[in-house]
Amino acid sequence: MAITLRRSKKAAIKPRSASSHNAAPLTLINPFSDKPATIGLDHMTYEQLDEFGRELDAVRQRVLDDLGQKDADYIRRVIRAQRASEVLGRIGIFMPFFPPAFIAGIVFLGLAKILDNMEIGHNVMHGQYDWMNDPMVNGARYEWDNMAPAQDWKHGHNYIHHTYTNIHGMDRDIGYNLLRIDADQPWYGTHRFNLPLAFVLMIVFEWGVMYHGIELDQYLQGKISKADFQARKKRAMQKIRRQVFKDYVAWPVVGLALVPFVGWWAPLAILGANVVSNIMRNIWTFLIIFCGHFPAEVQTFAEEDAQNESRGQWYLRQLLGSANISGHAPFHVLTGNLSYQIEHHLFPDIPARRYPEVAEDVKRLVEQYGLTYNTGRLSKQLASVARQLAVYGRKPSDPLKVGNSPESKALRRAKREEAARRVEALRGTQLTS
Amino acid sequence: MGIIRTALTSTAVRSLTSPNSIDDYLEQVHPMLAADHVRARVVEVRRETGEASTVVMRPNGAWRGFRPGQHVQFGVEVDGTRRIRVFSVSSAPSSRRRDRTFSVSVKAHPDGYVSQFLHRELAPGTIVYLSQAEGEFVLPEAVPSTLLLVSGGSGVTPVMSMLRTLRDRGHAGDVTFLHYARSRDDEMFTDELDEIAATTSMRVVRVYTRAPESDAELAGRFHVDHLEHLGIDPATTLTYVCGPAGLIASVRDTYDELGAADQLRQEYFKVPSVDVDAADATGTLAFDDSLVEAPNTGQTILEQAEAAGLQPDFGCRMGVCNTCALKKNSGAVRHVVTGEISADTDQTIKICVQVPVGDVNVAL
Repeated sequence: MAITLRRSKKAAIKPRSASSHNAAPLTLINPFSDKPATIGLDHMTYEQLDEFGRELDAVRQRVLDDLGQKDADYIRRVIRAQRASEVLGRIGIFMPFFPPAFIAGIVFLGLAKILDNMEIGHNVMHGQYDWMNDPMVNGARYEWDNMAPAQDWKHGHNYIHHTYTNIHGMDRDIGYNLLRIDADQPWYGTHRFNLPLAFVLMIVFEWGVMYHGIELDQYLQGKISKADFQARKKRAMQKIRRQVFKDYVAWPVVGLALVPFVGWWAPLAILGANVVSNIMRNIWTFLIIFCGHFPAEVQTFAEEDAQNESRGQWYLRQLLGSANISGHAPFHVLTGNLSYQIEHHLFPDIPARRYPEVAEDVKRLVEQYGLTYNTGRLSKQLASVARQLAVYGRKPSDPLKVGNSPESKALRRAKREEAARRVEALRGTQLTS
Repeated sequence: MGIIRTALTSTAVRSLTSPNSIDDYLEQVHPMLAADHVRARVVEVRRETGEASTVVMRPNGAWRGFRPGQHVQFGVEVDGTRRIRVFSVSSAPSSRRRDRTFSVSVKAHPDGYVSQFLHRELAPGTIVYLSQAEGEFVLPEAVPSTLLLVSGGSGVTPVMSMLRTLRDRGHAGDVTFLHYARSRDDEMFTDELDEIAATTSMRVVRVYTRAPESDAELAGRFHVDHLEHLGIDPATTLTYVCGPAGLIASVRDTYDELGAADQLRQEYFKVPSVDVDAADATGTLAFDDSLVEAPNTGQTILEQAEAAGLQPDFGCRMGVCNTCALKKNSGAVRHVVTGEISADTDQTIKICVQVPVGDVNVAL
């Protein structure tokens, strides 16, 4: 007999709750002005932007209502493949005397790390599978096979990057404080080495992600407290110890058992295999992530333009600030469906396997409102990213774009003073009222 | 199995599988294979009454057993979602070492998704997800010579576990079991209670409050006269009571008045109230971990938590980043954008976009 109890039901949206929600994220609210954000005005009117937001909300709800056994089965299948791949990989690299198995082992181990980081870790930590109520796929509990501790990565990625996507000065993922990838970023001397730096970052990407999460720059700028910074450092050190110990100490030590049969070099072969599989994962995740936001035509935004944005504008910013990579189904699984970066940024918390179906709705809206849908093969997007890195690595002729020029310094000083004056003025009105 | 289990859960193995645990690999081989996670296979589902059933389970090796009176978190997966409820163990620990089966007994609550599922659909062979047995409502190691067990309705289940244990041990003391049910048809374990009454020295007294039997010793709801009639002195009798809040309150008041509160052990059968049609800004919002309660103001749970002086984690405050996600223990919440109401217990919600509808309890 079927259970007839209602799991959920629709209720009328109370004006208060709905209106308070159709607001910018807290820190994007301009305390001095009610002026709505200007994002998207060259594409549509405010009314159309609201309608655009409602349509995307409806798409999201349609998918949420449909989640069930098939989504649970899917993620468990991926987890099973990941575990199997990891076990095969660990067995394979214990056969350094038989090169085909050894090499297959490295590949399987790298594949396991890629699946763990992308389709499982990244997506689970977004809370995409929280509805399953299974501790194994709970966003708050999951820890991934990556140098970066989950907690700090989630803060930087889920919150900062996904909320303030591509807003200069707010989204720390624009060039990761290392590279100049956009015309509106100030140029500094180190950006001459954009391409070689990006190459090095690619090889050691997991370390870069970990370092990014410590937020040293935020601490030095006084944006986070010393206690916060030290807690981040402590968590990072703990995670590094665990990861390094596992891949570079514990498993090679287990490999000592092979020495009598294989030779003194067996533990070193196992250590080397672990290094290579980690680099495989680093390269792959770097490529996918760079192609998701850094190709040409992806838009970035100024904080002033995004202040007081509506939900529709928030959606539009996500759409204009991301790029997709086309490919076949297995490719999408290996990217964690981040090849559907646009759909992921619109709906970061719905299971990623639903992005292909959501893409149909997104494309329909893109056509309806005359927007651009940035997509292309991996090679095309990658070439575009490389070109961007090369172009923006050169010193711009406009002195305002050079970070250290007297003109930029004067402008920054003027902005600081203007902000201070405003705060002063606001305090004045509060005192008099 | 003990040594293997200890080895598998050791830090040495953990450092090789980090950040996963060995169970994350073992369960891929077989869902019952786990060093740490308690799972059980359903052996039998028995109808007790028209509304209640008993689920007999065989747990995996991670199960550390139970003491009579304890409860267990019981999770079943329905349409991809694991739903967890707390049920009392109703069986007695088996005397045979190899037989590890045990059972929980559950009355199907009209709004209870899991209890309804158990009663109607749960099939033998299903794997269920358990916790270790929990709870302090247990018989002492040395059972005193006089003992009173009081239960009402489905509150009989943990008391039944105690009663069966005492029977199996051949306990010789002076045990009285006083049970309140609406009617004989509505009573769980009727035949077995009859048998215990007939074959042991334990005194079994049942009171049918709605359909009293003509030759009944007692009638009506619990009253101090019932104890007097049974010749029980609360001050010297260790007493266990489990059942609806009303029964527990009146037993507790009686014991308080007689100065016998230290003899009383009690266990509530909590059925959280969920009213999906509650008006805006009604009911109470309870922050369970902080032991703070506040009247629902109609704002989001995040805002109400901050107003109550708590400092929950948050990020975007627009339902995107999942930073504020936490477990809602019970109650209904409404999503501020979509208006969707969800009333599941033990559900992860983003508190920045959920408004309480009536009474809500969150793990914060």
